[in-house]
Amino acid sequence: MTVEKMGTVPLYNVGDRIRVRKAAPLGHIRTPFYIRGHAGVVERVCGAFPNPEELAQQRDGLPARPLYRVRFRQRDVWPGYRGNPADVIELEIFQHWIEA
Amino acid sequence: MKPAAGRYAPYNYFQLMEVSLRELLVEKGIVTEDAIAGAMAAMRARGPERGAAMVARAWTDPAYKARLLESGSRAAEELGFEVPGLRLIVVENTPATHNVIVCTLCSCYPRMLLGLPPEWYKSRPYRSRVVREPRKVLAEFGLELPARVQLRVHDSNADMRYMVLPMRPAGTEGWSEARLAELVTRDCLIGVAVPKIPKNPKTRKS
Repeated sequence: MTVEKMGTVPLYNVGDRIRVRKAAPLGHIRTPFYIRGHAGVVERVCGAFPNPEELAQQRDGLPARPLYRVRFRQRDVWPGYRGNPADVIELEIFQHWIEA
Repeated sequence: MKPAAGRYAPYNYFQLMEVSLRELLVEKGIVTEDAIAGAMAAMRARGPERGAAMVARAWTDPAYKARLLESGSRAAEELGFEVPGLRLIVVENTPATHNVIVCTLCSCYPRMLLGLPPEWYKSRPYRSRVVREPRKVLAEFGLELPARVQLRVHDSNADMRYMVLPMRPAGTEGWSEARLAELVTRDCLIGVAVPKIPKNPKTRKS
């Protein structure tokens, strides 16, 4: 991971297609397993927030990390999803969990 | 597990931890029993009426609705609801789109506006199923969503909190804000129900 991605400057904009990192580090991770490795589109930029993985270790979580709301198509996330093909699931993804 | 009536049930691990910690904090003079009781009473006193009032205002005031969708937190404060630290995103139901809220990782919920979350919201079945078979879960709540409607599931997995702005039911033209607010239940604000006019409405003035 590059130094920039770890920083506080938002690298992505609304409409950008991104992919969530597929990784399984130990600790308090706010990126659910079910969405790791999936691609979606940035729905909004939420601002920057202390890194929860650091907060859980009693550290200050700073610098704050950019947080995005990302929209994923349900049928991309769940094989055999039944419903309207336009159905979506939206989650908050920290920048350091985005790989491209 | 609920003990049978009148039967003693020993504390489980977390209950014991809570009691021990609370007694220690009181013993060391860090908090008082009164302060704890007061905080719990305040927590219990908050209910979904606040969220319902915001929805009713949005239904009757298009400018407020625009501000609500722009910043839920500011719109809450505008009605006098203190929401320190709450970053509320309000998602709007339309004839083409329905929204439902979950926290798959724990039980994040806009408690300052909706009060304590219901037990089912915190349960594993709801949290794990509403993301992968949301239409089936909604149907179990009695909400059959037409196939043509797009369903948006919102996982409040990090720092945002969410509330649904439901659609105003037909047949409520001319109703007062207070009367409209009565239609907006907690479940409507989570998105597992939609507001309905009661079949046998109490006769009352709007």
